Amino acid sequence: MSYEILGISVLWFFLYGYLIVASVDFGAGFFHFYNKISHQDYQVNKLIQRYLSPVWEVTNVFLVFFFVGIIGFFPDTAYYYGTALLIPGSISIVLIAIRGSYYAFNTYGSKDSKIYSFLYGMSGLLIPASFTIVLTISEGGYLDVSDGNVTLLLGELLTSTYSWSVVVLAIVSVLFISAAFLTYYAYKAGDDASYTLFRRYTLWWAFPTILASMLIFFSISRHNPEHFSNMLDMSWMFILSLLFFLGAVYLIYSKKKLGLAFVLVMLQFFSAWFGYGASHLPYLLYPHLTVNDGFVNETMAIALILAFIAGLLLLIPSLVFLMRLFLFDADYVRGKR
Amino acid sequence: MFMEYDPAMFSRMLTGLTLGFHIIFATIGVGVPLMIALAEWMGIRKNDEHYRLLARRWARGFVVTVAVGVVTGTAIGLQLNLLWPNFMQLAGQTISLPLFMEVFAFFFEAIFLGIYLYTWDRFKSKFRHFLLVIPVVIGASFSAFFITTVNAFMNAPQGFELVDGVITDINPLAAMFNPATPTKTAHVIITCYLTSAFVLGMIGAFKMLKGDRHVYHKKAIRLTMTAAFIFSIGTVIIGDFSGKYLAEYQPEKLAAAEWHFETEDAAPLVVGGFLSDDEEVNYALEIPYALSILAHGDPNSEVTGLDQFAEEDTAPLFVHYLFDSMVFIGMYLAFVSMLYLLLSWKKKNWMHHKLLLWGIVAGGPLSILAIEFGWVFAEIGRQPWILYDIMRTPEGATTSKHVDAMLYLFIGLYALLGISSSIVLRKMFKDNPAAQEMEQRGIDERGNKS
Ligand code: HDD
Ligand code: HEM
Ligand code: HEM
Repeated sequence: MSYEILGISVLWFFLYGYLIVASVDFGAGFFHFYNKISHQDYQVNKLIQRYLSPVWEVTNVFLVFFFVGIIGFFPDTAYYYGTALLIPGSISIVLIAIRGSYYAFNTYGSKDSKIYSFLYGMSGLLIPASFTIVLTISEGGYLDVSDGNVTLLLGELLTSTYSWSVVVLAIVSVLFISAAFLTYYAYKAGDDASYTLFRRYTLWWAFPTILASMLIFFSISRHNPEHFSNMLDMSWMFILSLLFFLGAVYLIYSKKKLGLAFVLVMLQFFSAWFGYGASHLPYLLYPHLTVNDGFVNETMAIALILAFIAGLLLLIPSLVFLMRLFLFDADYVRGKR
Repeated sequence: MFMEYDPAMFSRMLTGLTLGFHIIFATIGVGVPLMIALAEWMGIRKNDEHYRLLARRWARGFVVTVAVGVVTGTAIGLQLNLLWPNFMQLAGQTISLPLFMEVFAFFFEAIFLGIYLYTWDRFKSKFRHFLLVIPVVIGASFSAFFITTVNAFMNAPQGFELVDGVITDINPLAAMFNPATPTKTAHVIITCYLTSAFVLGMIGAFKMLKGDRHVYHKKAIRLTMTAAFIFSIGTVIIGDFSGKYLAEYQPEKLAAAEWHFETEDAAPLVVGGFLSDDEEVNYALEIPYALSILAHGDPNSEVTGLDQFAEEDTAPLFVHYLFDSMVFIGMYLAFVSMLYLLLSWKKKNWMHHKLLLWGIVAGGPLSILAIEFGWVFAEIGRQPWILYDIMRTPEGATTSKHVDAMLYLFIGLYALLGISSSIVLRKMFKDNPAAQEMEQRGIDERGNKS
């Protein structure tokens, strides 16, 4: 495997990690707010807090890892995306800032506030929507690159079916992933009321998720036919994704093996995510920038890869420790610690 | 607006705004874990629950400041790419290694912070819980180290060759360990510790002034002021080395900070004063030989002045005020903490005198001001370069037409975050005062648990 492909795969993998943990996080924030205003069971919200409190900061680091890594491995992305994304990027920053800090204010402050809960619940849903703009732009057709200047064609972006279908998919996936995880978590906590509620949410959001995915296939075939034909060459990955999805929904519907069901959801997104990513290659920004010409010099690439391996050796045991204390510790999950 | 739109100018303002806001929380984020660790360790060693409670309460407030630190840090990380795409393109080739390692340090810190906060009573042995704070201290200090090497690189770039705009011969380790790295990282990290000690000391002193004279607060002041004294001596010494670094590698920065116009031997140090329009220094105190000592450690050595540089290559002269204020505050902090220690040793009934307590309270905001002054001096003093002697600041900037709107957006955001976080912090400790918590946890006057 070339360094370019290794680099982008590692980064893509971390972005996948962010996709999953952040979806659980953002969805949970939204459900927390929604349950609060609809006066559903107080128990549910306690459960959400118990999961979220120790881990939210870790979630954020996945994101930081991605954008620091992409500048490290592909410095030219700074030039293309940096210039074009000033406004959407700044809006994402504001949303992240509001989400993270109001989450902390609400959780660690002295009392649970409805305004704070609203702020972090809603901003959490908007963040995935605003991030997907980067993926949309990478398909090409939304940037004007001429005489050393890169500008975003905002009009094109806002009127494109493709960009809106990505936004819709982002929002519904967040709710689906999160609900599937919380179903399992509630079940483990032995919290029947929460379990019933989240199971209903999961089944409820399953259909829109698959519908939105179909919409993406359709709109990408019109927006970027070259990419679409690459996707067809890898169609087995997307078919696999569909099978995982059906398996997950079946298990949750028949109330069996909920842990496995969530793993299937993760695999569903894993195969779709890597199918999408692989078919996008070699472009980082269609048609201006490829992984080959945007790649960092070899010395730095090797240094980054070594640092990465050393970092993983440090992090993996620590993450396992964290999960054993909070995620897989039956007493903690049940609220006994 | 009353000035012409210049994206580079607005990018500088926005970068300065975000970093200036981030640095407050970042400083606390680096220093407070160390203080928490000290308090918890004292609690275990002396078997005194007061110290453990200190650690617990500091940690609780710390979570709120960390949250703001994390989100503003994420903001600056993204903003550097949005506002300085050309600079980051070059930096990505040369200095991305420590940036990348910084993320691992954060990761490590974030994981253990989560564990530390939620396991106070989970282990049988108190010592095991204490062990969990060590990775937090290490992670925080290393992230400060790594990010500061990036800034050091901006001041003393090396580890690559630039031939006709093409970068070759890259050596990531040489870039990271450049001549500015030792003094810069040491000064930044120790001032984080110093500031955190004073900010925490301020809380205890303020409570005492409000009439709550519980020994819990006295112990807090004792711990923080002892630490602060050690750190302030360290700060002054390393600050002196930083001056020597400047004299060697960035003499125009030192000359601008000291209003040192003519190159001369046995140079005097200009303290305070005002600059008239025709660059005459008025009302300043001149200490003979002191600049030569600061620059080279020898009273008769030659110190390069501004006359050796073209005017467009030097920084604005107002950095002198920033530098002097920082040094003054450094002396003040060392003085207050030393006075406290002297009194607690020789004249115990004066050690909680009102004046001294007020002096400690003032040390909190002053130390944060010194951090701000120091950074603004370091960054503006580097001007006109974003990468010293290689890339001028406007060359690194974005060409986008909307940086001004983003500046106003972020002013709004930081105002909101600043206000909310102070309200939350105040309420947190007001609704649950230390005395009440001691009663709930059954901790008596001597720090024993019943
Ligand atoms: C509590 C904060 C604080 C205090 C009391 C001091 N400093 Fe400082 N100083 C900083 C906080 C700081 C800083 C914020 O950490 C800076 C900004 C950039 C940097 O590298 O560190 C800095 C920079 C800085 C620089 C510029 C380094 C460069 O640009 O490369 C010099 C020469 C000094 N300091 C010297 C001193 C001296 C002689 C002090 C004597 C008392 C002193 N500082 C006290
Ligand atoms: C690795 C660390 C840092 C990096 C990469 C960095 C980068 C930059 C960049 C790109 C600029 C704009 C160009 C310029 O005006 O020089 C800048 C300016 C500035 N930075 Fe830094 N900076 C770092 C550390 C800090 C910190 C921690 C502060 C703390 C407050 C800070 C304060 C400022 C200020 C006040 C400006 C505005 C200077 C001006 O208006 O001329 N910097 N920095
Ligand atoms: C030398 C000055 C700086 C110091 C001492 C410092 C230190 C810190 C600290 C202590 C935190 C809180 C993290 C935590 O507690 O988990 C933080 C967050 C962060 N900082 Fe800074 N920082 C500095 C400047 C910068 C600059 C210039 C950048 C941009 C490259 C930056 C990027 C970040 C990021 C991305 C985060 C969020 C990390 C996360 O998600 O956990 N910092 N910083």
